[in-house]
Amino acid sequence: MPIIVDHVSHIYGEDTPLAVHALKDINLVIPDGQFIGLIGHTGSGKSTLVQHLNGLMKATSGAIYFNGEDIDDKDFDKRKLRSKVGLVFQYPEHQLFETDVFSDVCFGPKNLGLSEKEVQLRAYEALKLVGLKDEYFYQSPFDLSGGEKRRVAIAGVLAMKPDFLILDEPTAGLDPKGRDEILDQIAKLKEETGITVILVSHSMDDVAKYVDRIIVMNKGSVMYDDVPREVFRHYEELEQVGLAAPQVTYIMKSLQDKGLDVSDDVTTIEEAKEEIKSYFTKLAKAKRGNW
Amino acid sequence: MLRDITLGQYYQADSVIHRLDPRVKLATTIVFIISLFVFDGIAGYVVAAAFLAMVIKLSKVPFKFMIRGMKAILFLLLITVVFNLFLTPGEALVSFGVFKITKEGVKTAVLMAVRLTFLIIGSSVMTLTTTPNQLTDGLEKMLGPLKKLHVPVHEIAMMMSIALRFIPILMEETDKIMKAQMARCADFESGNILKRAKNMVPLLVPLFISAFRRADDLAMAMEARCYRGGEFRTKMKPLHYEKRDFVAYGIVVCYLVIGVMAGKLMVILL
Repeated sequence: MPIIVDHVSHIYGEDTPLAVHALKDINLVIPDGQFIGLIGHTGSGKSTLVQHLNGLMKATSGAIYFNGEDIDDKDFDKRKLRSKVGLVFQYPEHQLFETDVFSDVCFGPKNLGLSEKEVQLRAYEALKLVGLKDEYFYQSPFDLSGGEKRRVAIAGVLAMKPDFLILDEPTAGLDPKGRDEILDQIAKLKEETGITVILVSHSMDDVAKYVDRIIVMNKGSVMYDDVPREVFRHYEELEQVGLAAPQVTYIMKSLQDKGLDVSDDVTTIEEAKEEIKSYFTKLAKAKRGNW
Repeated sequence: MLRDITLGQYYQADSVIHRLDPRVKLATTIVFIISLFVFDGIAGYVVAAAFLAMVIKLSKVPFKFMIRGMKAILFLLLITVVFNLFLTPGEALVSFGVFKITKEGVKTAVLMAVRLTFLIIGSSVMTLTTTPNQLTDGLEKMLGPLKKLHVPVHEIAMMMSIALRFIPILMEETDKIMKAQMARCADFESGNILKRAKNMVPLLVPLFISAFRRADDLAMAMEARCYRGGEFRTKMKPLHYEKRDFVAYGIVVCYLVIGVMAGKLMVILL
């Protein structure tokens, strides 16, 4: 069940002097099972775009199709769409309201009108999926640490068993350890459930390691939409719009400038390691040949 | 939905009304509101309408924005009209059982509707053309003499400006939390009143928490910059009257005189 974004534009405050053209003619196809990174500078329209995908915002022009149906049709069930396209907002911990963690996660599935038993089962599964320890389940969500609160909030969306999971800057405001934990957990979750994940971020380093497709947004338009390797090849253009390629790409570039015969076509630290290792092996072989 | 409330929202434009001293605008608004209740007869309201139309025209704010503010009080307006229509004693025009519409009822209902509409549009003009900061500055200066009576004028003005400043922030926050809960299939629109009130809990709890957190942060930030209000505090933009402000005062006095005279004239003529 793919999501198709067809010529979507969005203008904030239309007909006022403060009108902002947030999205300009966006065309995308989001198929099942992909891991997508949506990258853009602050104000590039990425948050606006993802809110269109689950019908929270209405396009000024253009249409969005979910499973072949126009989501703005009168008889289209928005609630069903929202359970299928789960959206985790920026700083999702600010949405927590219940007296304990478990009830908060139950909120979503309960709204779907499921049976009590099913609701609890889903909540439990979701909390397990995000890797929250059992002893936190009946604590107040407000007593948890920032990273744990965020896990609870993500579980709150996961409990609805969405086919698409959109995470808007899930690592904002977390320390490096918390950031890595959350991202690893998301990657693991993607592996286990096979759902489509869209990771919204402004940091290439965050997403390069995980995703298999990157969509770069700039000033409300899609700038690049390709596999990471191809996108990072344009690192000079990316810099011009306030973004950057992952740091390893730069390291490889400098090594090349120093005269080392390595490829700069790597996107993760793992790949860089292999590349440098093979360079030294080659070098050692050549030296031995000389003797 | 939430964006429809224009009260307390500033509309950026370059007009004479925008440039007026906030004290002039405050005084004019108060005079205008009082005048609505002092004038009697249609003539007075025609003058009031003309005055309001002139100010709106000068302010360069699209009329649409004033109307948008009306939506919020439409319900209140409706109740007022209905109550006045049915519950004013007097000469009956039509009657349904216990209820009857009287001649006096119709008159008061229309009068109240016009008054309320003008009142809201009039104060909208002020808030649309004056930034909250200017407004509280003006208020502080106007109430200055009360300091002699140990009224904490500066503190009150500061509290007001903070409260006004936070309206858009809290509104945005509400919007955000609402969306986050809607993404979890929360329902804010259907059901009876009791159910709806209960459905608001997932919105109100996070909102209160965030409001308290913000208040705390702001207090801390003010303290970190050694804020202490009141005495010896200088202003970045001190208020002083200019020629156009005196002209505006003159126009307001003219308006009041013409309005009262028009009402009296009508009575004499009829």
